[in-house]
This record gives sequence, C-alpha cells and structure tokens, in this order.
Amino acid sequence: MENVNIKINGLDVCAPAGSTILDAAHIAGVKIPTLCFLKEINEIGACRMCVVEVKGARNLVAACVHPINEGMEILTNTSALIESRRRTLELILSTHDKRCLSCVRSGKCELQELCQELGVEDENHFEGESPEYELDESAAHMIRDNNKCILCRRCTAVCEKVQSVAVIGPNNRGFSTFIGSAFDMGLGDTSCVSCGQCIVACPTGALYEKDFTDDVLAAIADESKHVIVQPAPSVRAALGEEFGYPMGTDVEGKLAAALRRIGFDRVFDTDFSADLTIIEEAHEFLGRVQNGGVLPLMTSCSPGWIKYCEHYYPDQLEHLSSCKSPQQMFGAVAKTYYAEKMGLDPKDIVCVSVMPCTAKKFEIDRDDQNAAGVPDVDISITTRELARLIRKLGIDFKSLPDEPFDDPLGESTGAGVIFGATGGVMEAALRTAVETLTGEELENVEFQEVRGTQGIKEATYNVAGMDVKVAVASGLSNAKQIMDKVRAGEADYHFVEIMGCPGGCVNGGGQPQVHAEVRNYVDVRAIRAKALYDNDEAKVIRKSHENASVKRLYEEYLGEPGGERAHHILHTTYVKRSIN
Amino acid sequence: MLAKKETVPFSGTKEQEESLLKVISELKDEKGAMMPILQKAQDIYGYLPIEVQTIISNETGIPLEKIYGVATFYSQFTLSPKGKYQISVCLGTACYVKGSGDIYNALMEKLGIVGGECTPDGKFSLDACRCVGACGLAPVLMVNGEVYGRLSVDDIDDILAKYE
Repeated sequence: MENVNIKINGLDVCAPAGSTILDAAHIAGVKIPTLCFLKEINEIGACRMCVVEVKGARNLVAACVHPINEGMEILTNTSALIESRRRTLELILSTHDKRCLSCVRSGKCELQELCQELGVEDENHFEGESPEYELDESAAHMIRDNNKCILCRRCTAVCEKVQSVAVIGPNNRGFSTFIGSAFDMGLGDTSCVSCGQCIVACPTGALYEKDFTDDVLAAIADESKHVIVQPAPSVRAALGEEFGYPMGTDVEGKLAAALRRIGFDRVFDTDFSADLTIIEEAHEFLGRVQNGGVLPLMTSCSPGWIKYCEHYYPDQLEHLSSCKSPQQMFGAVAKTYYAEKMGLDPKDIVCVSVMPCTAKKFEIDRDDQNAAGVPDVDISITTRELARLIRKLGIDFKSLPDEPFDDPLGESTGAGVIFGATGGVMEAALRTAVETLTGEELENVEFQEVRGTQGIKEATYNVAGMDVKVAVASGLSNAKQIMDKVRAGEADYHFVEIMGCPGGCVNGGGQPQVHAEVRNYVDVRAIRAKALYDNDEAKVIRKSHENASVKRLYEEYLGEPGGERAHHILHTTYVKRSIN
Repeated sequence: MLAKKETVPFSGTKEQEESLLKVISELKDEKGAMMPILQKAQDIYGYLPIEVQTIISNETGIPLEKIYGVATFYSQFTLSPKGKYQISVCLGTACYVKGSGDIYNALMEKLGIVGGECTPDGKFSLDACRCVGACGLAPVLMVNGEVYGRLSVDDIDDILAKYE
C-alpha cells in the first residue's frame, strides 16, 4: 500500500494512505484520547474527545474518522486541545450520574479515567437540567442505567453490526435522546439474545450484569446446602486480567484455589461436561449422518446463539443439537449421578457456574433444564462477578498456589478446554468423531483449519471415505450469513459450530472489560484463545472420549451415549420465539 | 419493567394495510427507503403506531428499533392519532407572554397526556402551535378550528365540558 508522509507534533510520520489521523498517531506512538470510537464497529466521530488541530483546517477535526493527506501537519496536545477535551468532558458530566463511589465500573470506567487524565477539576462545572431515567431491569441477565449513559452508541453499534440483533438504539432527539428499545419496551420484552456484548462495549457503568455474588455467599453460608462450582473453560484465560496479569495468562490453578477459598464444598470444572457434550454431540452427529437425519447439525453450547436462532430462525430449529450446553449438562449430572454417589438430596445441592457469558443467566431458567426435578444450575455468575467476589473476600489472588480441581467432575481433557475459543467445539468433536468412524487413533489431533478468529471458517475432511464438510461461525452477524444459506437450502455442510460472541467464549459478554484503546489495536480473542490452545497442548489426554471420569459416568450411570437415560438427563428442547 | 402508557386502540382497516403493503413493495428495494415508507404510512394511517411500524419492520427486514428511532427523531412523525377533538394551544410570543404556557400545562395535566398525544378514549388530542393570527385575543387555543381567546386556566373546564 502507498504511504503518506505527515507531521504529528512536529515529528515526521509515514503511514499508509487512507489511514485516519488516529491510526497514524498510533503508528507513531502518539496517544490521542478516544471515547466513542470502537475500531470497525463505531466510527462516528461523535464524542469529540479525539479532536486535533490540522494546519489549514478551519475547525478542530475528529482524529478517529479524519483521513490523512500528504504533507498534513497535525498537533495532538496543545493547551487549546486539552481545554476543548476537558470542556467536552464537563458537558458530558453535566447530565451524568456522578455517584462514582458505588458504581460497578469505578476504577475501570473510561469516562472517569479521561477526567483524571485531562484534569477535570469540577464535575459540576455546568449545572442545569438533568434527565432522570428508571433502571431497565426487565432482562434476566443485565441492567441498563441510562443515568450513566453518555450516548456514545458503542452498545447500539455492537448490537446491530456485530450481532445483527439491533434491539437497542437512540430514541427521540436532542436533549431527550436516550438509548432504549422500540416503544419503550424493556429489554426483556425484546428479541435481545442476552449475549452481553453491549456490556463489554460500554465505556461507563450504564450497562452491567445482574450481580448474584450475594446469592453465592448466602448459599455457602447455609450449612444445609452442599455448594459446588464449575468454571467454564474460557474463565481461566481471562480472569487473570482482573488481577494484573497480562492478557492471555492461563490462571487455571489459581482459579481452582480461589474457588476453594471462597468456600465451595467441591470445586469442579465445566471442562468435564464439555468432554461429556462432545460424546453426546458426536453421537448425535453420527446418528444423523447414518440415519438420514436433518443436516447440518448445529452446536448448542452458546445460549446467546440458541436464543438468536429461536427468535430469528424459528423455522430452522431442527438443525440445533438437542444436547444441553456444558453448563447445563454439568448441573444435570451433578444433581443425578453425583447426588446419588454422594447420598445427597438434589434439593440440597446448589450448583454455581462461573461463565464468560451473560446469556447463561438466561439459560439456567429455561424450560426442560431440570434433570432431577430441580433446576440443573442454580446460580450463574460471570468472570467479572467472580473477580468481584474474590476481591470482596480479601483473597490475595496473585499469591495463591496452583491447585487442581476435585474429582470426579473436575477431570477434563484438552478437547474440553478449547471449547472456549471459536472452532474449539468443532475440533473437539472432530477428534472424537474421526476416531469413532475410522476406528483408528488420530496421528495429529490438531485441526488447524477450524482455528483462528475469522468470523466464518470452512473445511472439508475425508473421514473413512466420506467427505465431511464443516463450518464454524462466531458473532451473530456471521451466524446470520450461515443461517440464510441454510434456510435457502444452499448450504451443504454436515456440521456447523456457532458461538454467539465474536471469537467465542474467550470474548464473551461476561469477560473482563478491555479498555477501548487496547481493544482497538489488540486482538483480544486471539490472545485469550492462545491460553486455551496452550493448555490443550500441555495435556496428555486430548480427546474427550478418553476422559476416564466421563467413561465411568457412562458405565456406572448413563449407559449408552444417546441412550434413554442420557437423553433424559443431557438433552433439551427449544421454542419458537418472535422478533420484537 | 418500564411503565407502559395506555394508548388509543389501533383501528386500522384491511384497505389501509393493503395500501401500506403496496407502498412497501414499491419502495423497499430502494436505498434509503425507510423515510418515504414512513411518510406514506403516516399519510395512510394518520400516525405511526406499533402495529404499523411492525408491518414495516416485517416487510423490509429493518429492525423495529431502527424504525422507532427514526420515527421519534423527526418531529413530523407522530406516534399518536389525532383525537375527535383536536386542541391546539398557541405558544407564539404574544400568547406565551400572556400565559398560554400555563394553559398548555394545565391541559396536559387535566387530560393526562403530553403534547402530541391523544387521550386513550380517542376524544382529545393536544398540540402546541405557533401564532394563529389572533394576537389581540391572546392567550388563544383552538378546538377543531374554533378559536377561544382571552383565556385563563380557570376557563379550561368549561371549554372541555362543551365537548364531553
């Protein structure tokens, strides 16, 4: 690509033609503050934080959207600019609920940080009318507090462009503008899929998950309850960020140790039920292939994707695997097999899950998710809530030893841990399906074609003389492309993995928020996914069907994969929903 | 849960729906079709209730929230029908300084609606208007074109009673 020569703050900079001033400054190592800008998602130049002076320009220009030209001379940090940015912040603050001390986002709020950096001295510099909004608590998974909203539109851009859902947007105009849904519907009344991508996009405390950490503590304090916990694969790849570890640090051992110190009676692992999912799903897949069932089979691990399919493709539900998600399979096994083994009444078991996901909060209350007559999972908290809980209890995370998970529901293989990255479920399923079909041991268990953070991946594998065509999609706008092909009868895939969030669970709506300035230039998905692939590579057992605890579960309790008992405990049903 | 406001029941006819569907099928493949479709829909129904916006959303594939966002952005679009009796209060300069703002506020309170809305029984709708050319009678309001002048807040009950 052609390069353009410009000057930034008097320094010569060479950047590709077509770059924005912001990108060119990034190349030169010059930081320009941003607030509404999310690369490739929200590029609207609205908030005016990134204004810069361009020689010859009449007004200050927004660096995030303004392209560079040959010979352009740019100043990014004059006192006039700093004054302008500070004034912008003061205006934002004039209608902002400034109760920061009790705000869930305090300390990680991008608005708060900018106020500190730019030296806002009086948060009440502009006084006057300030709108008051009721909290929207109608959704199962999250709360919208428009009193903290700065109208940056990062959430609405993600909802529309990345997820193709678009149930939130700006309503009214001018001073009356607020972000909400059509006809003042609560989010819970819309076809919101609960993915939580709006929460991780939000720069402030306007959007946050419903916090159930007090429920967890109450359950632990109740002596009559046996409280068990299961963290999802991708939690170990991101939790460390909350405690100062570099992005992509696998903190599996400290995670188990922290959960034990919180006071759970048993510390298990969703990786176990990820392996179990593979056995059931691979069995279902082979069954459909051999018996002329509906193809492609589509994975059902991601509750955001499931809800999306139910709302937007209710005519295609027969493609969905009937397998419960790993979270639900875990709870179902805990309250049947494990309860029986331990001589416990399922009613006395409290199953807590730690998930990278907000849709899991919705999933636990779905119908047909109660194998023992009680909910499979009782409380689902996000990675962020777990971090909050660890801090609240004064657990010094960094000084924790590495500890293992408990038996029997804590044993897992490398196939289980890669569930957290897009393509991971597909790869895990292929490891098992190929060995089952060929009856031979795989020489190489890595299926590189389905790895990586591209939105849609396709591959064809010749297995025992049959071409198996697979696709992997993450992010619902990519899922939409696949589903439109499936609906039109133009897709000849046999097996499709879909994850609701871009990059899969590692980038889930319940994961630690990453500052936009980092997120804009670093592939969070790839870095966190690497932690999971490294974890897999270091494992001796890397195939789900070789998980000894899973094998024992079938021998002692479930019987055959896909058999009557397995079906009753591990499978579920779906409902048609409408678009609102 | 956000509070839901009671609205006038939708009473669209089959003919109206057919003309709306015709408009949509003519326009929907054009770029930027939403605005002209909304304008035509308002011509057909007089306003843009959820039923109408839902038809537009289903037929065009444009998410309902996008349509609602546009419909609430432009003041020429209205989400409420006009009442059997349309009340316009003049908020022009002369009327305003003579206290028409108080009259407007009192009407909102008595009717239980805000400007631009219609009472749930479909009887009264309320709007603000600019100078009606009767400044000598300020403050002025009109009901279906009939002018009432030199008003005070105390006159409102009598005026409304005429239309009960």
